[in-house]
Amino acid sequence: MLVLSGIAIVILGFALRLNPLVVVGVAGLVTGLAGGSSLTGVIETFGRAFAENRYVGIVWLVLPVIGLLERAGLRERVQALISTVHAITTARVLLGYLLLRQITSALGLNALFGQAQMVRPLIAPMAEAAEERRGPITAATRMEIRAYAAATDNIGLFFGEDVFIAIGSVLLMKGFLQQSGYVVAPIDLAFWAIPTAIAAFMIHGARLLLLERRLKRARALAR
Amino acid sequence: MITLEHVYFLTGAMFAVFALGRALDRRSARRWRSAAFWGTYALSFLAGSYLPDLLNGMILIVLVVLAASGLAAADDAAPVAERREAARRNGNRLFVPALAIPVVVLLLTVSAKHLHIGNAALVDPAHTTLVALAIAVLVALALGCALLRVPLLAPLREGRRLMEAVGWAAVLPQTLASLGALFAAAGVGRVVGALVTQAIPMTNGFIAVVTYTLGMAMFTVIMGNAFAAFPVMTAGIGLPLIVGRFGGDPVIMSAVGMLSGFCGTLMTPMAANFNIVPAALLELPDRNGVIKVQIPSAVLLLAANTALMAAFVFRR
Repeated sequence: MLVLSGIAIVILGFALRLNPLVVVGVAGLVTGLAGGSSLTGVIETFGRAFAENRYVGIVWLVLPVIGLLERAGLRERVQALISTVHAITTARVLLGYLLLRQITSALGLNALFGQAQMVRPLIAPMAEAAEERRGPITAATRMEIRAYAAATDNIGLFFGEDVFIAIGSVLLMKGFLQQSGYVVAPIDLAFWAIPTAIAAFMIHGARLLLLERRLKRARALAR
Repeated sequence: MITLEHVYFLTGAMFAVFALGRALDRRSARRWRSAAFWGTYALSFLAGSYLPDLLNGMILIVLVVLAASGLAAADDAAPVAERREAARRNGNRLFVPALAIPVVVLLLTVSAKHLHIGNAALVDPAHTTLVALAIAVLVALALGCALLRVPLLAPLREGRRLMEAVGWAAVLPQTLASLGALFAAAGVGRVVGALVTQAIPMTNGFIAVVTYTLGMAMFTVIMGNAFAAFPVMTAGIGLPLIVGRFGGDPVIMSAVGMLSGFCGTLMTPMAANFNIVPAALLELPDRNGVIKVQIPSAVLLLAANTALMAAFVFRR
């Protein structure tokens, strides 16, 4: 039971809005000590895992490119282009991206797009500009549209990638079931991800249309 | 062969330049603290594979302490008027480097198997996408510098500006993944699994299904990762009850169970790389802004997954 104290620290820390990095560091030390390791043993386990997980930080390599393009006017160019296309709305931009993200992830190309390389430089500015074209928008509305852009990327990725047979989670399931004495084919696991993929598109898509309706109402009210 | 180690070296070099850039900016407050933070992170990338575990652990502790003490604020972006003028000058050429990243990643992932230097593969087959991403970034950077008229140091200066806007949150996903390793080593999963199975009476298949899907989501919220929740919940509830006692299909149970876990990922600050980092990247004032937008979709999808499993898992 004592090993659960780390979970309690994490929940408490996030609830009190302490610096998450500190919360996680303390939770790790406490969990390791409660699990019976020595202090140096915990620091070693933590350090080894930190070094092994460095691949998570590789995505930051794209920032100099994105920064360069933004300095050279990428956002402003996106805005200028969007303002010339009358059929474009925030919901249509995000619906299109949701579909694109789901399909490419289902084909195993989950690294093709992402928050740093696609949402920040292109998708979020497009979604913002589509609304701004129809009149000035408040800071709160801009932030809401950005949050929806980020959410759309996550949902498209999560509920597309499992349709691909060689993705990590499908292989994890296959391996775990095999260890437990059940031999299953990855293709069957991938097949049963399709209904949820369709449900995800319909549910999040409907919420994007609702966002559009809210934006429209706010516009009418502002007039 | 280009391996993950080369990509780590490139990433480390970038962070070292960021640290240097901050240290050389005499006007900024807290410049030494920030320079030390990015410099230490650079050290982790450059030397992490060769350092003993204890030193890697000390690196993490130094990063946490520096982050807690407060880092320097990011520089201001170039004025809007200047960027508008640049946009007019550069036109649609701006999209070439931006779209070069996905195009190069795509080409390299598809063709990696066939690219060889002598007998060795050009790209380490175990890490194709990560190496492809790094190469794509270099190609995009070269295209950007060639096509766009910007100051020579712009990529590094602007890259540092974006990185400092994200701040210490940059290190959070990696730290959370390490916490997962500590949880696993201490046996947290076993204890939680035992608690859940003891607390809920499993009288019929439907209750087992609901406990399994909700358990996957909730355990993922706590751990920040469905991969950590899956073995625990599947060994504790899925296999012994849904499959064993009530005769359900292991394929449907696992596939839909994992996706129920993903619904949990959408709702937790513990999944920092998907939820907290994008909020920082898009400069949202609310750290949980992305999670708040995702919760309704996640809850509805979790209900859909539960209904789906309840309807089909016992049909076979």
